[in-house]
Amino acid sequence: MKLTINGKPIEYTGDPQMPLLWVLRDELNLTGTKYGCGIAQCGACTVHVNGMAQRACALPVAAAENQLVVTIEGLSVDGDHPLQTAWKDIQVPQCGFCQPGQIMQAAALLATNAGPTDAEIDTAMSGNICRCGTYPRIRAAIKSVAGASS
Amino acid sequence: MSDLLQAPVFDISRRRFIQAVGLGGIFAISTQLLSPTRALAAIGGTSATTSQAVNLFVAFTQDGTVEITCHRSDMGQHIRTAIGQIIADEMEADWERVRIVQALGDPRYGDQNTDGSRSIRYNLDRLRRLGASVRQMLAVAGGQHWGVPAGECVVANHKISHTKTGRQLDFQDVINRLVTMEVPQEAAVMLKTREQWRYINTGMASVDMDELINGRAIFGADVRLPDTKVAVVARPPVVLGKVKSFDATAALAIPGVLKVIAIPVPTAPLVYQPLGGIAVIASNTWAAIQGRNALKIVWDNGINGSYDSRAYQQLLEQKAREPGSVIRSQGDINAGLAAATTRLDAEYYVPHLSHAPMEPPVATARMTSTGVQVWAATQNPQADQAEVSRMLGLQPAQVEVHVTLLGGAFGRKSKPDFSSEAAYLAQQSGFTIRLQWTREDDIQHDFYHTVSAQKLTAGLDDQGKILAFQHRTVFPSIGALFSTGTTKPSAGELSQGFSDSPISAPNLQLEVGEAQAHVRIGWLRSVNNIHHCFAVQSFIAEMAAAAQRDPKDYLLEVIGPARRLEFDGMGEPYPNYGETLTRYPYDTGRLAHVIHLAAASAGWGRTLPPGSGLGIAAHRSFLTYVATVVEVNVSSSGELTIPKVWMAIDAGTVVNTDTVINQCQGGAVFGLSCALHAGITLQHGAVEQSNYHDYAVARMNEAPPIIEVQVVASDALPAGVGEPPTPPFAPALCNAIYAATGKRIRQLPIGNQLRS
Repeated sequence: MKLTINGKPIEYTGDPQMPLLWVLRDELNLTGTKYGCGIAQCGACTVHVNGMAQRACALPVAAAENQLVVTIEGLSVDGDHPLQTAWKDIQVPQCGFCQPGQIMQAAALLATNAGPTDAEIDTAMSGNICRCGTYPRIRAAIKSVAGASS
Repeated sequence: MSDLLQAPVFDISRRRFIQAVGLGGIFAISTQLLSPTRALAAIGGTSATTSQAVNLFVAFTQDGTVEITCHRSDMGQHIRTAIGQIIADEMEADWERVRIVQALGDPRYGDQNTDGSRSIRYNLDRLRRLGASVRQMLAVAGGQHWGVPAGECVVANHKISHTKTGRQLDFQDVINRLVTMEVPQEAAVMLKTREQWRYINTGMASVDMDELINGRAIFGADVRLPDTKVAVVARPPVVLGKVKSFDATAALAIPGVLKVIAIPVPTAPLVYQPLGGIAVIASNTWAAIQGRNALKIVWDNGINGSYDSRAYQQLLEQKAREPGSVIRSQGDINAGLAAATTRLDAEYYVPHLSHAPMEPPVATARMTSTGVQVWAATQNPQADQAEVSRMLGLQPAQVEVHVTLLGGAFGRKSKPDFSSEAAYLAQQSGFTIRLQWTREDDIQHDFYHTVSAQKLTAGLDDQGKILAFQHRTVFPSIGALFSTGTTKPSAGELSQGFSDSPISAPNLQLEVGEAQAHVRIGWLRSVNNIHHCFAVQSFIAEMAAAAQRDPKDYLLEVIGPARRLEFDGMGEPYPNYGETLTRYPYDTGRLAHVIHLAAASAGWGRTLPPGSGLGIAAHRSFLTYVATVVEVNVSSSGELTIPKVWMAIDAGTVVNTDTVINQCQGGAVFGLSCALHAGITLQHGAVEQSNYHDYAVARMNEAPPIIEVQVVASDALPAGVGEPPTPPFAPALCNAIYAATGKRIRQLPIGNQLRS
């Protein structure tokens, strides 16, 4: 089947039921998309499929056929997406494991809602767990980008 | 250093150091270890608690880049940055030309067990001296280059300047001189003054920041070696259970599944041994997981098969109602209680907890002609060396352990059972193996935080003043992991918020009961401080309510006047996290100070609308003082929101100010997770939870949007940062809930208690 990952066409011949997460990590060595739970509970595997945030751990690769998949590696050329810059300025990460998923989730939010309210940020981000507890900084980083663009 | 020299263990280290290298003094460059491009500065002796041999931390590459070795594991506390700050500052390196290298597991570095909130405590002084010795060597090298006295040379920001002529050299110009130079004697090493610090005590960003936000950081599962196979293990659902029989036919029929291998049955005491079970090795993770699901295994559940955590709770609670062994006693508890006009009794319960770091345990192992290589997200690579070598029948030195970034750890990853599994499977299969724990494995086969019941009793006089305080604690000990049949907690476990009670009561008695362990008990961020601080700080607020006093004022009153606690009436010395009370006193004045700071910033005493309330708690743990104020709102239907949290921390000297703030914020959210939903329960010896849906940790919509942190400016000796922010959160939260609703939470998790 034909996949498009970060703008590159990929021909995939393996198990169509394999979750996109494992195709990305094990077949394509795109390890920025993380395994955290395997059942769409933590958001560490969040990628964009046609611009929408999706949990790659619960998405059979067949569902991504002929769709545009973007991972953290493809979000920006030099790691300079406005959210990545804000993450850096506010020094959000602790261990950092969940942050690619957090950034992908936040990027999908801001792509459809440039000026989210606190409640809208909560709704969009509550599927992404950060066990280190960087939530106040994630929120501040999202708001700094939303504030800058509004 | 002189303080460290007083520790007896250090003398052993120094003796060994002198024997090994044949040099006196503390510093030595071990020239036989140098390559032309690397100058290695070395220091003999290590922390107060370990160890042997020479540590190597500083190297130069040909272009003058300073490579600083970080020997501690980074799990989000940014120790790689902090160690860089310390050494680069003292040696006057330009931060833009510093690169951090992660150490292999090697006893030469001294203690690498990144646990117990002690990386800075163990290393600030010795690594400052190490950096300063390099700075002095650079001045000597400059002097040699120009033929002038070293005293005329100044080292600053990667340059050596000759003060009289204004001539300058870059560090890279003198590398060849450095590698042949003698190292200054300890007495000759001059530390920078605090005023001269350029990196220490600032909030510099993580050295790994770019990789952490662009997806290129390498965590445990991100290690990519050629031709690696993935293994997933079906472990016995009950601790010390084993495989009775199994059928792997269906598993082996799954495309991609390559081999099925049984892991040896461990024997008690378990220590860090793998739990046994059946491993499925496949060409990718998905196939390995499917293969494991297809295994048909009949288990023998063994001696823990009857463990039921609900029945066990009742057992612990019953124990806590009975007299236990007296750990500390002052005055006469019975007389004090008899004289009281008001008597309060309360029982507290905290369940087993799971670490649930975002990245579950992972290790990669590859056999070599000389031993085995392991890449692991480990907190303690020397433990990986010890455990893997035992499992494989090798010597520790034959196990080369590479430490990746840790996707969270919280104590879980200092127990390297996962590395042993990976290495064993590599040995047995001949493949390079990436051993992946699933989230279900992580939740169901953890080294759990202990489960505890406590009974607290207080007697107050007619003015509400405390006359008598009795505290009983009962919980299975971590010691059972290391010594079968241990039923009494160690002095170290009891020292965490129990035997070190700061309560100033004329009559005080602390008692401990016995309890058997039926799961692997391990340390989880803050360890026994979690349950002890929860009970004590909640109970003090209960006393305040009974005395009709303000909880903050009452807390300060029971702590009493500023003094250094002597822990009179204890059978054995207070362990004090391995430090003497001279170096690290328990100073109630510092505890009171953080209470005042947090309360003031929270506007303590202000009037809040109905359904809202403030709660306060304070605690000393890992030698650090933290106070937390939580504001809550509880709706009429019992829905809890936390608009804001204020914290104050006195950790002595701090290296990275922003890391301290980040750890406080994160520690509060970790405490929130402990309080809100989380709890491990077992039936028939098996854990009932399996993933984040039924072992719920705090999410953004539950977390306080603002956590304000004040870091006390201090030149006291450095103390812990990673763990101390967690313990006061749960009692501060529950005290706030009481202020808002009049409902007292005595059992965690809070769960649905506010809805009833």
